[in-house]
Amino acid sequence: MSEKITGAEALVRALIAEDVDTVFGYPGGYIIPVYDRLYDYTDQLRHILVRHEQGATHAAQGYARVSGRTGVVIATSGPAATNLVTGLSDAMMDSTPMVVITGQAPAGMLGTDSFQETDVIGITQPVTKWSYQIRRAEDVPWAVARAFYIASTGRPGPVVLDFAKDAQTALLDWKYEKCRYIRSYHPYPAPDPDDLASVAAMIDASSRPMILAGHGVMISGAEKELAALAEKAGIPVAATLLGLSSIPSDHPLYKGMLGMHGNIGPNVNTNRADLLIAVGMRFDDRVTGDVAHYAPEARIVHIDIDASEFGKNVHTDATIHADAREALAALLPLVAEKSHPEWLAEFDRPERVERDAVMDVELHRTSGPMTMGEVVAAVSEATGHRGVLVTDVGQNQMMSARYFRYTDPRSIITSGGLGTMGFGLPAAIGAKLAAPERTVTFFTGDGGLQMTIQELGTIMQYGVGVKIILLNNDFLGNVRQWQELFFKSRFSQTPMVNPDFVKIASAYGISAERVSDRSELGAAVDRMLAHDGAYLLDVAIDPTDMVFPMTPAGAHVDDIMLSRTEKYQLK
Amino acid sequence: MEEKQLYTVTVFTENQVGLLNQISIIFTRRSLNIESLSVSASSIPGVHKFVITCVSDRRSMEKVIMQIQKRIDVLRAFLYTDDEIVYQEVALYKVPTYRLLDEKNLEVILRQHNARILEINREYTVIEKTGHGEETEALFEELKRYDIRQFVRSGRVAVTKSPVEYLTLWLEEQDRRQSQMV
Ligand SMILES: Cc1ncc(C[n+]2csc(CCOP(=O)(O)OP(=O)(O)O)c2C)c(N)n1
Repeated sequence: MSEKITGAEALVRALIAEDVDTVFGYPGGYIIPVYDRLYDYTDQLRHILVRHEQGATHAAQGYARVSGRTGVVIATSGPAATNLVTGLSDAMMDSTPMVVITGQAPAGMLGTDSFQETDVIGITQPVTKWSYQIRRAEDVPWAVARAFYIASTGRPGPVVLDFAKDAQTALLDWKYEKCRYIRSYHPYPAPDPDDLASVAAMIDASSRPMILAGHGVMISGAEKELAALAEKAGIPVAATLLGLSSIPSDHPLYKGMLGMHGNIGPNVNTNRADLLIAVGMRFDDRVTGDVAHYAPEARIVHIDIDASEFGKNVHTDATIHADAREALAALLPLVAEKSHPEWLAEFDRPERVERDAVMDVELHRTSGPMTMGEVVAAVSEATGHRGVLVTDVGQNQMMSARYFRYTDPRSIITSGGLGTMGFGLPAAIGAKLAAPERTVTFFTGDGGLQMTIQELGTIMQYGVGVKIILLNNDFLGNVRQWQELFFKSRFSQTPMVNPDFVKIASAYGISAERVSDRSELGAAVDRMLAHDGAYLLDVAIDPTDMVFPMTPAGAHVDDIMLSRTEKYQLK
Repeated sequence: MEEKQLYTVTVFTENQVGLLNQISIIFTRRSLNIESLSVSASSIPGVHKFVITCVSDRRSMEKVIMQIQKRIDVLRAFLYTDDEIVYQEVALYKVPTYRLLDEKNLEVILRQHNARILEINREYTVIEKTGHGEETEALFEELKRYDIRQFVRSGRVAVTKSPVEYLTLWLEEQDRRQSQMV
């Protein structure tokens, strides 16, 4: 005997069947039937009312990235749906599992420019893993099951279900079955034994190997396997921005972050290595610099679950098409135990130079205004390096990624591929809701904070205990840095007249204080962390502070600026 | 830079709406111009076939194939050069009938070009020719003097020369994969 229910009811039941416990959303005309059904399920499904639909997407991303579960968003049609596009693109670039449900005009009215109708499928297809329009109630179970399967398996990504109003109210026979197979889709490629053997041989033959750990390490939960392989074969590990925290910062084989503002050691040694083993990363141009001069001495092994990444940006000598954890686990018994003391020692000099010429200058000033780095280091230290770092985009992002230290996996949530200002505040909300037991510290700039600042309302409504550290330089600092370095200090449209952020936070009932003096920083950080609930720390930052080291866009990876005037000397 | 040439891409998909858009944006994003396109049901029930031609270099085209294949509901995508396939296009030429009436050579031209008359009435005559692009082009040149009113050429249709039917094998493999799931 089957039970007749509405499409809207089916959607809610399907979400519960997929173990969803939290959704981020915002109601409106063409999604009201779903909201009506949610009203009866509040004990099983928590709905977080954001203040802007973009916020819902980033919150779902934060939720997904800290927990590994699929983030869920519900919004109405038209302007609400278009507000989701930034978050979808961001999730697509950063491989984040997300299911986004949008309301839509009734199927019969589609194509007539009816009120709040917009071509959601057409707009979102380029920035989603899959998007599908539900026009008949009986398609709801199939579409939702497929959406979760596609979003969460293989290389994760965002999926859109565009739900026509009449399909929400029509009846169907309720029956739900999770999706486990799609003929055209292979999310579990088995590593090829021949590929494994040849990669193991390349590792054994190498005397200067380096592992490049990307986001895929954490997506697949391969942190242990990564460390085990590195330790057995004595391979230094470098991380991409999204790969940070895949290995603890204090691991002896961890050599730092790759990329434009990464650490000098892994960047220069990319061009010295004889073997690069890239795991779940995609050779983004911010990591490779000029590809024509990238890793000239190295053979390149690429391990990825997405075969379309092979050879996309750099030429590879061997590939393993598989889940990172499976591939690394299978490689482990095949490689010989080895150590490369001379090669590891090659990281010492760049490390020392970076410490003296960059870090000391950033971290240990005694006079003048504060720098971003010292604030980040103080907060990281005060959390025992166990917090979750959420960043916005700009100098605050690079500084916090650099000076935060990571102990546990899934400890950095940042917008990598898209570089979305305004990502951070809602992402931090999502992260805190997914991991209430963890301290979530969110570093932002005065520009980025104001792009989604309305989400302070969400923090207020749900009492989300996010610690907001505003690195306030009254400038669009990152752009200012480029203007000073490459555009003759012509600060076109980068100075900002800012509001009193402490007052704004207070208006939302969020405790806040401003710190302008270095001597007060430590105590203020302690007050923030000791406070039960959300807190905003508005820190006055030297506007002339710059992120170094820096490999200018399009330069060789080992062409590195240490300061405004100094370059790193390779010899 | 690698040399550019004409490639034929065949894509087999499930019968789902929206795939044409998904496939075409992969070309547009890379500013690759689609020269011709034909879409039809394939010989396998429920499987659609796209034949796309595009001028580019092999490396770029291989990346395009990977991107196409990555889309959900795309079964397989293949890349071919002209020597690997048997292909044809259809061209139709509409000519005023009175211009042809006292043309003694018409029969000969049609025979030479392996073309035929599809429809003839007092107003106009429709001639059809199936062949490669250069061949339909050549007939166009020949018929020009009769004042062609309309000329249309279809996208390419193609089958492979390979004795192995890779798609069929792949589909069989998927059936096995599915049966192992339960
Ligand atoms: C939505 C969006 N708009 C514009 C940019 C370009 N952009 C990158 S960093 C930056 C400056 C950020 O300034 P702020 O938020 O104050 O942070 P800071 O760099 O000073 O830490 C800008 C404008 C972007 N990344 N995202």
